[in-house]
Amino acid sequence: MSFTEILFYFFSAVLVISATGVITARNPVYSALWLVLAFFNSAIIWMLLEAEFLAIVLILVYVGAVMVLFLFVVMMLDIKVEELRAGFTKFDWLGLPIALVVIGEIASVVWLKSSDGVHLGLSSVAAPAAYALDYSNTKALGQLLYTEYLYPLQLAASILLIAIVAAIVLTMRKRPGQKMQDISAQVAVKASDRVRIVKVAAVQPDVDHGVEGQS
Amino acid sequence: MITLQNVLLLSGVLFSLSVAGIFRNRKNVILLLMCIELMLLAVNFNFVAFSRQLGDLHGQIFVFFILTVAAAESAIGLAILVVLFRQRKSINVEQLDTMKG
Repeated sequence: MSFTEILFYFFSAVLVISATGVITARNPVYSALWLVLAFFNSAIIWMLLEAEFLAIVLILVYVGAVMVLFLFVVMMLDIKVEELRAGFTKFDWLGLPIALVVIGEIASVVWLKSSDGVHLGLSSVAAPAAYALDYSNTKALGQLLYTEYLYPLQLAASILLIAIVAAIVLTMRKRPGQKMQDISAQVAVKASDRVRIVKVAAVQPDVDHGVEGQS
Repeated sequence: MITLQNVLLLSGVLFSLSVAGIFRNRKNVILLLMCIELMLLAVNFNFVAFSRQLGDLHGQIFVFFILTVAAAESAIGLAILVVLFRQRKSINVEQLDTMKG
């Protein structure tokens, strides 16, 4: 067993443990923190699989942005955990066997053997050779992304923009008694709305009154 | 070296765990969203593994787009969740029966 394999098995074990932690934690905050650990371990495994750019993106985007968003929402909302946990394990008798069946099916496909002991499944596939040391995953991805996938890239960017706008519009609310600018009213205002010209007839100043005021 | 079947088995275990998590946390919308994130991660594992096995970078490009869409999805999902909690004072899925579905 090579050193890379030992690393892979170790980080896979931590990944599976943290995924179990996500689904069994008593508190949503703990679930989110377990999920952060799961993303970190996935990033490490992707790095072992020579997908360096995606590993960094996973940490930056998921741990740095999405999970922080999750934590913010979990801590902001005043959730009654006890109410949500009533009958928590009620469907475990259904969920766990389904999970085990899915795992068993995948394992049987992966390690499929014929009766004479020859591997038919994916275990007969050899691992590919590693890339050369001067190979840059980021450069190769960038060259593909900005040539062949230029339009999908622009589309992804606009999806993100729409998501930002949608999230802001959804969570914005008007409270009563809040002072806000009404931009359209400000722009549409005319001089006649603001300035009133009052014609005042000229009058003679009252001289006696002024003298009395001084004394 | 890490072989393809190891990664596929890991991704299968991850996906099954998140399916079990959806069964388990069926009342808590936040946990459901987290389980969906975990599922997407398992799918991305498959893409990365096959991309490496076949020496084809298009799989990694696809993971890139999945990450983008998943980030947008969770942002909007959490925004909806905040609005929902503001109106109902609860995030219990079982109480969301306004549309009589």
